[in-house]
Amino acid sequence: MQTAGDNLLSATRIDKVFPGAKALDKVDFHLRRGEVHALLGENGAGKSTLVKCLTGAYRRDGGTILLDGVEVDPRDTFNAQKLGIGTVYQEVNLLPNLTVAENLFLGRQPRRFGFVDVGTMNRQARELLENYELDLDVTRALDSYSVAIQQVVAIARAVDLSGKVLILDEPTASLDAHEVEMLFRIVRRLKARGLGIVFITHFLEQVYEISDRITVLRNGQLVGTRDTATLERRDLISMMIGRELAAEIHSARKEPDVTGPVRYRFKDYGRKGHISPFDLDVRAGEVVGIAGLLGSGRTETAEILFGAHRADSGTAELDGKAVQLSSPRRAIAQRFGFCPEDRKTAGIVGDLSVRENIVLALQARRGWTRPISRTEQNRLADHYIRALDIRTADREKPIRLLSGGNQQKAILARWLATEPEFLILDEPTRGIDVGAHAEIVRLIEGLREKGMSLMVISSEIEELVAYSTRIVVLRDRQHVASLEGERITADQIIEAIASSNERGAA
Amino acid sequence: MNPKYLPLTATIVIFVLSYALCVAQYPNILSTRVIGNLLTDNAFLGIAAVGMTFVILSGGIDLSIGSVIAFTGVFLAVVLENTGIHPLVAFAMALLIATLFGAVMGAIIHYLEMPAFIVTLAGMFLARGMAFVLSIDSIAIKHPFYGTLKGLYYKLPGGGRITLIGGLMLLVFGIGILIAHRTRFGTDVYALGGGTATAKLMGVPVGRTTIMIYALSGLLAGLSGIVFSLYTSAGYSLAAVGVELDAITAVVIGGTLLTGGSGFVAGTFIGILIQGLIQTYITFDGSLSSWWTKILIGLLLFVFILMQKGIVYVSRSERRHA
Ligand SMILES: Nc1ncnc2c1ncn2[C@@H]1O[C@H](COP(=O)(O)OP(=O)(O)OP(=O)(O)O)[C@@H](O)[C@H]1O
Ligand SMILES: [Mg+2]
Repeated sequence: MQTAGDNLLSATRIDKVFPGAKALDKVDFHLRRGEVHALLGENGAGKSTLVKCLTGAYRRDGGTILLDGVEVDPRDTFNAQKLGIGTVYQEVNLLPNLTVAENLFLGRQPRRFGFVDVGTMNRQARELLENYELDLDVTRALDSYSVAIQQVVAIARAVDLSGKVLILDEPTASLDAHEVEMLFRIVRRLKARGLGIVFITHFLEQVYEISDRITVLRNGQLVGTRDTATLERRDLISMMIGRELAAEIHSARKEPDVTGPVRYRFKDYGRKGHISPFDLDVRAGEVVGIAGLLGSGRTETAEILFGAHRADSGTAELDGKAVQLSSPRRAIAQRFGFCPEDRKTAGIVGDLSVRENIVLALQARRGWTRPISRTEQNRLADHYIRALDIRTADREKPIRLLSGGNQQKAILARWLATEPEFLILDEPTRGIDVGAHAEIVRLIEGLREKGMSLMVISSEIEELVAYSTRIVVLRDRQHVASLEGERITADQIIEAIASSNERGAA
Repeated sequence: MNPKYLPLTATIVIFVLSYALCVAQYPNILSTRVIGNLLTDNAFLGIAAVGMTFVILSGGIDLSIGSVIAFTGVFLAVVLENTGIHPLVAFAMALLIATLFGAVMGAIIHYLEMPAFIVTLAGMFLARGMAFVLSIDSIAIKHPFYGTLKGLYYKLPGGGRITLIGGLMLLVFGIGILIAHRTRFGTDVYALGGGTATAKLMGVPVGRTTIMIYALSGLLAGLSGIVFSLYTSAGYSLAAVGVELDAITAVVIGGTLLTGGSGFVAGTFIGILIQGLIQTYITFDGSLSSWWTKILIGLLLFVFILMQKGIVYVSRSERRHA
C-alpha cells in the first residue's frame, strides 16, 4: 500500500445512490502523480458516475475526496475546474451553438477592462488547437465541424483546464487511429509534467498501450487496482465481467458460403461532395464490411444507401426492380434499417423509457394509426433487453438514466425490432464493453445466418474479418477495393487502405 | 460567410429593401423627422425586446413583460399623485421592484424546474393584478419633472429629434449588444440556449445565470414601463396588453431562434425597425386600415420562421463529414 503522500487524488468509500439503483458502493480510487490510470468495467459498472462524483457533477452520498492531501468537496463542475480537474464527459460534445473559441474558453474568457477580449480569445484558441494539428476557423459554430473534430476540441478544452488532473471518459470513441495517436502523445506529455490522468475506455489495446495502472469496477463496486504491466489480458477481462469470457472474439474465421441471390444492386450510386459513384451488390445472407479511415466516406456510403442524403447519380434495384431511396422513410418502407454512428445525438429520446425507445422505429414504420399493443411492446422490450444484455432496472426507466453503452444497445435494439431485411450498422461496437462486444458479433452472425443482408462499418479490422463475407475498402470518398473469400485478412485490408493507386478491383 | 450571420443578414436585407420601397413611394420617409418619430414611438417596445432577446437566447420565454410595463406605469402614477416623492426616486423604486420580480421568476424556474412559459404566465397575471389593485382608472401624470424630461431631445439636421426615450432605447440596445457579445454572462446565456445539461457540465453557473436573465428582463420591462409612462404621461392598468408578443415578434424577425442559442441583439433592433416601418408606411398611406400592420407582421413572422428552418436545415446537411 502506498502512503497518502504519493497520491494526487484520493477518493475513499464513495457512495452514490440513484432511485432504484446503487451506482457506487464504497468505491476507493487513488490516482498518483504522473500516472495514466485506466478505469474499466462493463457498461453500467459505474465508471461515469464515479467520475461525475469526483468533479461535482453529481453530489455523492458518502465518502471523502483528497486532492494533494487536502480534503476537497467540489460543489459543481466549475469548482472542480478551478481545482485543476479537467474532464471530458462521455455524453458531452460541448455546446454546438457556440463558436469553437467560446467552447474552449467558456467560463474563463480573457478579459480587458471587464469585457471579453474576443480577438485574444480567438488567437489563443488557434494556438491551443495547433497542438492538435487542427486548423479550424475558431469563430465558426462548433456544430459546423464533424463529431471527431468536436471531440478533439472537447479534449483540448479539458487538457487546458487540467492543472492537476485530467479525466477522459471514453474520449476515443469517435476518433480514428491517427487522432488517438495524437491524443496519446499529449497524454504522455502531461504525464511527464506530473499530472494524473484518468482514462476510461472499452478498447483494451489502448489500455495496454497507455496506462500504468488499472482500476476495475463491477456493479458499482471496486474489484481492484492492478499494475498494467503485470495484469494479463485474460485476468483483466475476468475481473471486469466476473467470469471467464469464452472467447473474446473468434479470430478464427469461419468460411460462410453465400449463395443467395443478389437482392440489392446499386449502380453508379453516388452524391457529389459526399461519395463518388460506386457499384455494390448485396446478397441475402451476406455481411458487407466497410473498412477505411475516418473521413474516407464510410458514413457517407451508409447515409446515401439509407436515403439520409439523396443520391444524385445512379440507380438502386431491389430484387431486380428499380426502387427510389430518396428519404429514410422510403428506405424504411423497403425494410432498410440504419443504426447511425453518432448515437449520442442522433438516436436517443432521453425522456422516453427504454421500452418506448425500442419500439419507436417499428411504430413509425407501421404508422401511428396502428399502435402496437402494450403487451407486444413489453414482449419486444423484454426480449431485446435480455438478448443484448441491456443493464436497466426495468423497461420503464427513462433511457437517459442508463449508462452510455447501454443506451447504445437500446438503439441497436430499436432497429432490430423493425426486423429489417437490409441492416446498416455504423460502428456498432463502439463504447460497448468486451462481454457485450462478443454478444453483438454473435448477433451479427446470427442475423446473417437467418438470411438478412447486412452492411457493417467498423474501424476494428479484426472484427470485420471475423464476420464479413465481403469487405469494401474506402479511401478519399471512393470505393477502392473489394475483398472476398481468401483475401479477407487483416493484412490485406490494411494494405488496401494504405496503398494509393489500386483502383476499383473486383 | 459564417452561417451564423445568415438570419441577421437576411433581416437587414429585408429591412433595407422594404425601406427602399417605402422611400420610393413616399420620399418623406427618409426624413430625420420620420426616423426620429419611429425611434420615439417604438422606444418602450425596443427596450423590452432587448430583455426578451436575452430570455429567448437562453431558451426561455418571458410573458410577463406587458403586465410589468402596465404595473410600472400605474405604480409611478399612483406614487407621484399621492406622495411628494421625486420622480427619479420613484423610477428607482419601480426598477427595483421589476428587477426583483424577474429575479424571483428566474429562481422559481431554476429551482423548482418549472417551464418558463408557465412561471412567466403566472407572473403576467400577477403583475396585471397588482396594477389593478393599485388603481383601476387611468391616472394622468402631471408632475412638472415629466414635462422637463419630455422636453429633452437632440436635434438632428433636417428637423428630426432624438427624444430622451428614443435615445434611451438606442443606449439600451448598445449596452445589450455589449453584454451579449462581450461579457462572460452573455456567453453563458448562449450556452444555456445550447443545452442546459451540457452547459452545467461545462461549469456554467446555471442557476445564477437563469436568475440574472429574468432579472435583466424584469429590469428592462420596468425601464420600458417608465418610458411608456413618459410617452403617454399616464398610468393605466389595461395598458400595454400583448406587448410581450410584439417583443417576441421583433426578436424572431430579428433572426433569433425561438429554441434559443442563436441570434443577435442587433437583429432585434432591426426587427423593431421593420415593425415601426410597416406602421409608418400605413400611416403615410392613410387609406389602409391599421390592421394591415398586424397582417404584414404576421406574414413576415411566418416567412422568417420558414427561413430559419431552411437555414438550420442547410447548415446541418452541409456539416463537414468525418
Ligand atoms: N441519473 C441517473 N439516474 C438513475 N440511474 C442512473 C443515473 N445515471 C446513471 N445511472 C445508473 O447507474 C449505473 C452506472 O452508470 P454509469 O453511467 O456510471 O456506467 P458506466 O460504467 O459509465 O457505463 P458505460 O460503459 O456504458 O458508459 C447504471 O446502472 C445507470 O443506469
Ligand atoms: Mg459511462
